[in-house]
Amino acid sequence: MDENLLVGDLVRLTHEEPEVLARLESQWSLDSEYSRLLDWEPARRFSAKNSQKWIEKQYEDADSHAFSIRTLSDERIIGGIGLDGIRWTHRDAFVGIGLGSRDDWGKGYGTDAMRIILRYAFLELNLHRVSLNVFEYNQRGVRSYEKAGFVPEGRERSVLLREGRRWDVLFMGILREDWMKKELEKERE
Amino acid sequence: MSINQPLFEGALVRLGEIDHEKDPEVVARWSHDAGFMRMMYIEPMRPLSAWQVKKKLEDLEKSIDEERSLFHFRIRSRGDDRLLGFAELYWISWSNRIGSVRLGIGAGADRRKGYGQETLRLLLHYAFAELNLFRLAAVIPEYNQPALALFHSFGFREEVRRRQALERDARRWDLCVYGLLETEWKEARNG
Repeated sequence: MDENLLVGDLVRLTHEEPEVLARLESQWSLDSEYSRLLDWEPARRFSAKNSQKWIEKQYEDADSHAFSIRTLSDERIIGGIGLDGIRWTHRDAFVGIGLGSRDDWGKGYGTDAMRIILRYAFLELNLHRVSLNVFEYNQRGVRSYEKAGFVPEGRERSVLLREGRRWDVLFMGILREDWMKKELEKERE
Repeated sequence: MSINQPLFEGALVRLGEIDHEKDPEVVARWSHDAGFMRMMYIEPMRPLSAWQVKKKLEDLEKSIDEERSLFHFRIRSRGDDRLLGFAELYWISWSNRIGSVRLGIGAGADRRKGYGQETLRLLLHYAFAELNLFRLAAVIPEYNQPALALFHSFGFREEVRRRQALERDARRWDLCVYGLLETEWKEARNG
């Protein structure tokens, strides 16, 4: 049994106080790029009170598995990751991730958090596959997801209209059997 | 195309509103047909009583009123006003001008009669020429071949295959996303 299910090489997944998260969220979303990477709805500002209500609702929802991401080196909360839209009979779920501060982008934190949540999805929730979608302009995201083992499954054309042009939404997925094979290879090395 | 083009009426069908008195019983009957339910829904199939359907339709009416992202129609036959199925545009994102489309003909005896085809023609016209959307998506399980063929015949292209996203009858199936752009809809209509 893996006692460190939620701990990776660089980060660990936690639950934090909604009040603390709401303050962070309001800070992070001041950077509109953060919002535009996460959501296709118009970027906007939410009050901390509004964010807190949303976070509490997510925590109360038994079918939402949302975590915060903390760095191992200095214990900072740097973002969030979660599985939602779980279809239990089909054992499929969507994963979403966001890192709040630009200073933390491109350091491998996101990839590490993704590896942890895949382990959680496949070894604890016993899902058959995990899905995600990522916007065409988020190539850093695509590279990170590929590193975590996701493979492209197609693209919805011209979904987003931002900055006066159309962008595709890319779909990626990972199957439990493919993930298991890779994990076994890693163990042998 | 002129402004007096009928949006809700074709040769065979009419796109109408919910009839809270008569619809529940008919929909309850459809819900006992596993073939229909599994084609239409990803959720586990469960038969519903007319009472359960009535409640669901009341909730649906509320969503139609409150959400700006849902346009729902009941499909009725032009001849005798019989309920044939439902059709809707949902998950509309206004800033991106996109949405999703789905439709179903409830009774087996009413399928392959051209009702679905005419409904989709009306619905696409409504989406592109009244709501002014730029693109539509349709999410369809791999095993629903009639739906895949119908959407393909209107110019929809397969864009995504979420591998093995569904499990039914002890095997895995892909979940397909089909997409159609306004420009493609116009071309197909003129061609």
